[in-house]
Amino acid sequence: MDLASAKVIGAGLAAIGVGAAAIGVGNVFGSFLESAIRNPAAADGQQGRLFIGFAAAELLGLIAFAVAMIILYAV
Amino acid sequence: MAAESKIDPMHQFQISPLAGDLDGSPFVFTNSALWMLVVLALIWLFMLGGMKRQLVPGRWQVAVEGITGFVNSMVTSSIGPEGRKYMPWVFTVFMFILFANLLGMMPFALVGAQPFTVTSQFTVTGIMAIISFSIVLLVGFWKHGFRFFSLFIPHGTPKVLLPLIFLIELLSFMVRPFSLALRLFVAMIAGHILVEVFASFVVSGINAGGVGGPAVSLLSFVFIVGVMALEVLVCAIQAYVFALLTSLYINDAVNLH
Repeated sequence: MDLASAKVIGAGLAAIGVGAAAIGVGNVFGSFLESAIRNPAAADGQQGRLFIGFAAAELLGLIAFAVAMIILYAV
Repeated sequence: MAAESKIDPMHQFQISPLAGDLDGSPFVFTNSALWMLVVLALIWLFMLGGMKRQLVPGRWQVAVEGITGFVNSMVTSSIGPEGRKYMPWVFTVFMFILFANLLGMMPFALVGAQPFTVTSQFTVTGIMAIISFSIVLLVGFWKHGFRFFSLFIPHGTPKVLLPLIFLIELLSFMVRPFSLALRLFVAMIAGHILVEVFASFVVSGINAGGVGGPAVSLLSFVFIVGVMALEVLVCAIQAYVFALLTSLYINDAVNLH
């Protein structure tokens, strides 16, 4: 296998991580909504934590994206 | 056979000199600098229009007061009453990122200007993250001296695990500026590349002709509209997350835990 095709396959594999992060982000918001409907009064106070969780989950997907971009353009 | 349209999605992030030479002098006025100045001017105009302190606020003043009130409540709820001291930096970061992100979404290419997203450069976001991190370090060591290191030891850690926990906490503390900068920069890059790649599908779909080509173009166009709406949301969320995390990190330094 030559380098060019290996690069493209590698970038595609790295993109799986983005999908995994999508599961994570969905989990964060889904769990928040689930509990916010049970106790709407407490929901507003937890919005900061919601976005911290979102940021942490999203960051890992973005790192996977950065890896894919590095493989495609920088290696 | 239609001509192969090759669109380079990374071209939009290129920094090009507007005055001076990139190789020659160390001070060059680039398109990045120009767009930063535009962002600054917009923020200035926005704040100037809303700071009239009328008793009955107009729409503009309500908008400005809404943003300042929002950042203020974020800072005071995460740092406490002492948080007002750090309000200027958090507000600066929030406004700069929000305006730079939204300005990067504007279709300036329609009027012939080359659009540029300031926050898609790792140097810009990196500097903001480093300043946030420096504030944390300075405030932490200024207020608590060497007790600041107790930040790395959670309460009730067993003695045996102490060195390991300390190392892990230290590591997670040290990657903070990196993650802060990387999140914003990659989120902006990813959105712009996605839009540009699908925009190139629109062009090559029309060029391909037949029945399938325009269908692909139409699908891509609808997709772009959706992604654009999502991107506007991401612009605001990224500004919010950067400001929120900055104030949380400052909270660590002010109150330890």
